[in-house]
Amino acid sequence: MSHKPVVWPVWVVMITAISLEVVPLPGFMQPLRPPWAAIAVIYWTMMWPRRFGLGAAWIVGITLDVLHGTLLGENAIALSIVAYLTLRFHLQIRIFPMWQLTMTVFALLAINAFVQFWIDGVAGVSAAGIGRWTQVMIGAILWPPLMALMDRVRVQIQTRGSAFI
Amino acid sequence: MPLTTTEQELSSSRGTTSGLRLTLICLLSLILMVLDHQNQHLVKIREALSVVVYPVQAVINAPFALGRWADENFSTRSRLIDENHGLHQEVLMQGARLQRMIALEAENVRLRALLDSTAKVADRVLIAEIVSVDMNPFRHTILINKGGRDGVYVGQALIDAAGIVGQITRGQPFAAEAMLVTDADHALPVEIARNQLRTIAMGTGDIDRLALPFLPRNADVQAGDLLVSSGLGRAFPAGYPVGTIVDIRSKTGQPFLEVDAEPSAALNRIREVLLIWRDADVQDALPDGEAATIATEKGQ
Repeated sequence: MSHKPVVWPVWVVMITAISLEVVPLPGFMQPLRPPWAAIAVIYWTMMWPRRFGLGAAWIVGITLDVLHGTLLGENAIALSIVAYLTLRFHLQIRIFPMWQLTMTVFALLAINAFVQFWIDGVAGVSAAGIGRWTQVMIGAILWPPLMALMDRVRVQIQTRGSAFI
Repeated sequence: MPLTTTEQELSSSRGTTSGLRLTLICLLSLILMVLDHQNQHLVKIREALSVVVYPVQAVINAPFALGRWADENFSTRSRLIDENHGLHQEVLMQGARLQRMIALEAENVRLRALLDSTAKVADRVLIAEIVSVDMNPFRHTILINKGGRDGVYVGQALIDAAGIVGQITRGQPFAAEAMLVTDADHALPVEIARNQLRTIAMGTGDIDRLALPFLPRNADVQAGDLLVSSGLGRAFPAGYPVGTIVDIRSKTGQPFLEVDAEPSAALNRIREVLLIWRDADVQDALPDGEAATIATEKGQ
């Protein structure tokens, strides 16, 4: 039974994640904002590597760069590297037990943050503070519930896709 | 639901093609970043992209705008009357101060004419609203709802009712990005209102703190001194309040004082800002020699 699941709900999830990145938060909440876009990119690259890959991750990154006012390409390169690593190891990662998967996601989010940290350093942008790293922690902590949520979206798409045939 | 893992998927995702694509994407991103870092090369592309993402910003801003609208429309009669009273009193007070200002301004023009130097011209202003969107969490940047269409330009100064807020760093057709004075990369030429001592106020990355790192140990500064913009960098008009000095620390062996100031503008509470246009003709007509003499006069 082969069918072609619809792709637009994935982009709805992506746009929601990107929007959540710029929703205004009070100052003290700022370091607690999870990296929504990176989490969504990791999930969809892992689950649907054929439909969501490097190019899509790059587009999401460029959108984030424009919204955040960072160097054009900063988020894009970080998310592309994360997507590449996820793509490279998606078969292993998928069958990990949850705690191991969460640790992997933690590592991927840390790579994402580190690439940006490094680029900021090279570009001479003084962005000190621990906020970048607490965001990685929060992202990893929120991974299990967010994964469950996106699993539901994916299952919905796939069952509906087969019902249409 | 089983996950499909076909032969094709394996070859496409694990083969050399994805590695090649990553290399190409990284190369493209690096070129973009270098060009963007050198400024001006990607202004048009960024403008076009910002128009594409503007709907996202507008949608996020919508509930906050609706909240404000509801707050204004459903407030009670007594609250409106109270607010009206308050505003009436404020207008009266400001009017009284303005009367004195008119006389002082006339006197200032006369004195400047005697000194044969350029008279300060009134600045043109435009009110802009801050769009409720968080920009880069590690920088102090805001988005305002006036852009290139309204004549906003890069480097333009922003103030609020209490003092200088920041300057425009990037223009878009419908909006503009501004850097606050407290951003870690921001510096602002200021002078102490009491004795015209000139120095530079640097942002710290703290929303309620500015640093003055270039004051020698024997400088005449006191806690409570008001800092006003000196207008020397030509980015900001002269004479607007910037902050108040709150703390002075003198460390033995250090050539400079460590001075902290609190910004005058309510940077984390503002909703509306004023964009200032300076009379560019006057500024450009001013020869360098004359600008220098004005500066030294001020320094004395």
